[in-house]
Amino acid sequence: MKALAFTGRRPLAAAASLVLAAALVACGGSDGDDSASDLDPDADLSKQSIVVSNWADYMPEDVAEKFEEATGASMEVTNHATNEELMAKLTAGSDSGIDVAFVSGQFAQALAEQGLVEPIHADLVPNMDNLAEGVQNLSYDEGNKNSVPYTWGTTGICYRADLVDEAPTSWNDLLEPADEYKGKVTMMATDRWLMLPAQKALGFSANTTDEDEMAQVKDKLVAAKKNLLAYDDTTFYERLISGEAVMVEAWDGWCNYGTAENENIKFVVPDEGSDLWVDTMVVLKTSKNKEAAHAFINYLLEPENGAWAAENILYNVPNQKAMDMLPADLKAQYPPLQVTAEQLLEGESLTDLGEAATMYTQLVTEITSS
Amino acid sequence: MTDLISSTPTGRGAVERSSRWERAALLVPGLGYVSAFMAVPVLLVLSYVFFQRGRFGGVVYEFTWDNFARAFSPTYRAVLVDSLVIAGAATVLALLIGYPVAYAIAMLPDRLRTIALVLVVIPFWTNFLVRTYAWIVLLSNEGLVNRSLERIGVIEDPLTLLYTRGAVVVGLVYAYLPLMILPLYASISKLDPELREAATNLGASRFKAFRTVTWPLTLPGVLTGCIFVFVPSLGNFIVPELLGGGKFVMVGNVVRDQFLKARDWPFGATLALVLIVVLVALFFVQSRVSRRLSTGGPS
Amino acid sequence: MRSLGWLRLPLALCMLFLYLPIAVLVVMSFNGGRSAFTMDGLSLRWYTKLAGNGDLLTALGNSLLVATGATLIAVVLGTTLAVGLARYTRSSTLDAYAMAPAIMPDLVLAIGLLAFYSLISMTLGLFSVMLAHAVFGMAFVVAVVRARLVQADPALEEASRDLGAGALTTFRRVTLPTIAPAVIAGALLTFTLSLDEFVIAFFTNGPTTPTLPISIYSMVRFGVTPEINALATVLLLVSFTVVIASARLSRRTEALDE
Repeated sequence: MKALAFTGRRPLAAAASLVLAAALVACGGSDGDDSASDLDPDADLSKQSIVVSNWADYMPEDVAEKFEEATGASMEVTNHATNEELMAKLTAGSDSGIDVAFVSGQFAQALAEQGLVEPIHADLVPNMDNLAEGVQNLSYDEGNKNSVPYTWGTTGICYRADLVDEAPTSWNDLLEPADEYKGKVTMMATDRWLMLPAQKALGFSANTTDEDEMAQVKDKLVAAKKNLLAYDDTTFYERLISGEAVMVEAWDGWCNYGTAENENIKFVVPDEGSDLWVDTMVVLKTSKNKEAAHAFINYLLEPENGAWAAENILYNVPNQKAMDMLPADLKAQYPPLQVTAEQLLEGESLTDLGEAATMYTQLVTEITSS
Repeated sequence: MTDLISSTPTGRGAVERSSRWERAALLVPGLGYVSAFMAVPVLLVLSYVFFQRGRFGGVVYEFTWDNFARAFSPTYRAVLVDSLVIAGAATVLALLIGYPVAYAIAMLPDRLRTIALVLVVIPFWTNFLVRTYAWIVLLSNEGLVNRSLERIGVIEDPLTLLYTRGAVVVGLVYAYLPLMILPLYASISKLDPELREAATNLGASRFKAFRTVTWPLTLPGVLTGCIFVFVPSLGNFIVPELLGGGKFVMVGNVVRDQFLKARDWPFGATLALVLIVVLVALFFVQSRVSRRLSTGGPS
Repeated sequence: MRSLGWLRLPLALCMLFLYLPIAVLVVMSFNGGRSAFTMDGLSLRWYTKLAGNGDLLTALGNSLLVATGATLIAVVLGTTLAVGLARYTRSSTLDAYAMAPAIMPDLVLAIGLLAFYSLISMTLGLFSVMLAHAVFGMAFVVAVVRARLVQADPALEEASRDLGAGALTTFRRVTLPTIAPAVIAGALLTFTLSLDEFVIAFFTNGPTTPTLPISIYSMVRFGVTPEINALATVLLLVSFTVVIASARLSRRTEALDE
C-alpha cells in the first residue's frame, strides 16, 4: 500500500482513507491469505452447525434433516439471487455468517484469489471420488483445490423445431438470422454469455482478453442487436413457448424447462463449440465449523443428491453414479441429459477475467445501449 | 428562527431558552440518524473514487483521477442522456395521471380519503418482479392489450408493445405512481376549497383559478412527487431489462454493472457520485422553490 | 359531500391502470402449469404448495416486521425533523441533506451500510435491515411533511403558545392535525417501499432471517413460479379485508358521533 502519498497536504482526505483502510482490513478482504486451517477429522459434528447459501430450489427440500441424520451436524439454508450479489456481500462485510456458498466456477476462482475461501481438505470429502473424470482439471480451479463441483452444463441454441425450416447448427444462425426469423431471436444479457456466441462464431476463446478480438466481437454483436427481440436471461423459454421467439441462446438445463411445456422445443450446441459452466460449492474462510462444512459438501456428493438435482433442476451433474441412477425415460424426454462427461468437457471452461472484467462490462454497456 | 422569537411578545429570554432546547430536540435525532446511517456509509463507498480496482475486485489504495475521465466518456454520457429522457417522460406521464387523481382523493369525504390512499398503494404490496411479469403478459403480442384492440377492430395485426421504449416508460410509471400521488395528495388536501371557489366566484375561469391559485400553492407537492418518480426511474434496472428487453440502458444498469459485474467499486462509486450530485442539486432547487413560496410567496 | 364531478373519470382510469396488472397476477396464480406467463389449465396447486411452504411464510412475516418497525422509526424521526427544519432553519442545504437518503442509489447505500455495520461490529439480522430501511423511509416522510408545512401558518402555533400551551401540547393539538395527511402519506410510502425492497435488505441482513423479496429474487435463477402469484393474491385478499373492515368501522363511529 503506497497509497497515502497525498497525506501531508490533505489531512481530511488522509483521515478518511485511513478509516477506509481500517474498514477494508476489518472487511476481511485480506488478500493472498490462502493458508489452510488445521481441521480435526474426528471432530464431534453434532456440536457444529452451519449456514449454507444457495439459489432457491437448488437442493432437496429436506436436505437439512437428512444431513443432520447422516452426520449429526445441524444446518440452515439461506438464499442469494446472483453470484454477483453474493460476491459483493462477501467482499464488503467482515463476517457474513455463511459457511458454505454455492457459486459458479469463475466466481469461486475470484473468491479464492481474494483469500475469502478455505482450501478444500480433500481427506474430509471422500465422495470426491464420485466426480466424473476430467472435472478435476478445469481451468477455474485446477485440482479442485478451492471448490467442489455440484452441477455443470453448457450453452447453446434452444429453438422451436416446428417453427424453423432447418435446425440451427451455427452461432451465426442466431447472430445473423434469416429474414423470416428477424425479431424472433433472443440472446442472454449477462456479460459472459452475451459475448459467447460472437466469440465462438469468430473462433476466439470465451475467456479472451485480447482487445482486438473483443473489438471484432463488439462489432458483430452491435450488428446482431437490430435483429433481436430482446436480451433475456430469465424468461427466454417462455418466449419460445408463446412462439414470439423461434430461437434463443440458452443454458441446456433451461431449455429443458421449455421442452417440458412443448416437445417441439429442442437444444443444440453449435458446431463452433461453446462454454462449460460449473456451479460449485466453497467453504468460506470465516466459517467457524469447517469440519461440518466439509461434511455437508461430502454429503451433497452422495449419488442420490446428485440424481435429485438432475431430475428436478434438469441440469447435468458431474457425478457419474448420480447420472447412472436417472430413469431412462427422463433422459429420453430431455436429450441434453444424455450427453457424456467427455462431450461436456469439449466446452471451454469459463474463468475469471481478472483486469479484463472492466473491458467486458464497458463493452456490454456499449453494445446494449447502441 | 430569530425573527419568530423577536416577534414574540412574551419574555424573550425564556422563549429563547426553551426554543433552543426544542430546536435541538427536533433536529438532532433526525439529522444524527441520517448522518450515522446514510452519510457515513455512503462516504465509505464514495471515497473509493480516488482509488483503483484490484485484479479480482476489491480496492487498491493507489491514488488516481482516471475514474472521473472514464465517467465522462461518450459511452456514459450517451447513457445518461438517454436515461434522463426516459425518466423524464415517466415523470411527466406520472404527473399527468397523478395530479387529477390526487385532487379527486383530496375532494373525497374524510372517511373515504384514507381508504382511497390505501387502495392506491395496495397493488405495491405485491412483489415488484411479479407485477412487472404481469405487464409482460399484458403487452406481449398475444397479450390482453393487443387482443382487446384487435377485437374492437382498431388493429388487424398485433402491435409491437413489449421491448420498446414505451414499455419501459409505462413500466416505470406503474412502478412509481404512488410516489407521485401521495405527496401530491398531502399538498392538495391542504388547500382551502373555498379559496378556489372564491376565485371562481370573482369571475375567474376554472382554468385561470387553477393556474393562479391551485397550481402555485401545490407546487411544493408537485416538485416532491416529480423528484420521487424521476430519481428511482433513473436508478431502476429491472424494468429496462424485463420490459425493454435489455435494449435500453439506464444509469441504474450502469452503476449496478460496475459494482456487481465488473466488480470495479472505484468506478461504480464515481458514476454514483456523479448521479448523486445531479440528484442532490434537484432537492436543493426543490427546497429553494418551496422556501420562497413559504416566505415571500403569493400573499 | 363535495362533488367529484368530472374527476371521477381520471380516478376510475387510474384504478384501472393500477389494478389491471394485479388482475393478471391473480389469474396467473390459478395456473395449472409452472409458468408465470402462459395459462395452462386452472388449478389450486400453487396454493397447496404455498400452504406447505413454511419458509416463504416466515419470510413474509419477517418482511412485515421490518416494514412496520422501519415505518415507526421513520415517522417519528421524520416528522420531528421536518417540523424542526421548517421552524428553525433557513438552510436549503440541510433540507437536501435530510432528504438525500431518498435519492441514494440503493447499491451504494447497501454496500456502505454493510461496511459500516462491519466497522461497528453490529450483528446482522432483521434489526439491521429495519434501521437501514428507516433511513430512506425517513427521507420520504421529511419530504412529504416538509411540502405540507410550506403553507402552514406559524401564527397558529404562536397563538397556541401565547395562550400558555406547552411545546408538546402545541405540537399535539396544533401542528400534528395540520400535518396529519402528510404523516399518513409518508407512513404509507415507507411501509410500501420497505416491504418490497431487495438490494439493501440483502446486504444488511443476516443469513437466517430472509425477507420476502430475498426469497423471491433467489428463485429467479430457475424461473419464478406462480407460487409467488398465489402469495400475492392471499396478501391482496387480506389487505382488502382489512380496508373494508376499517371502512365499516369508521362509518359506524361516525354514525355514533352524530
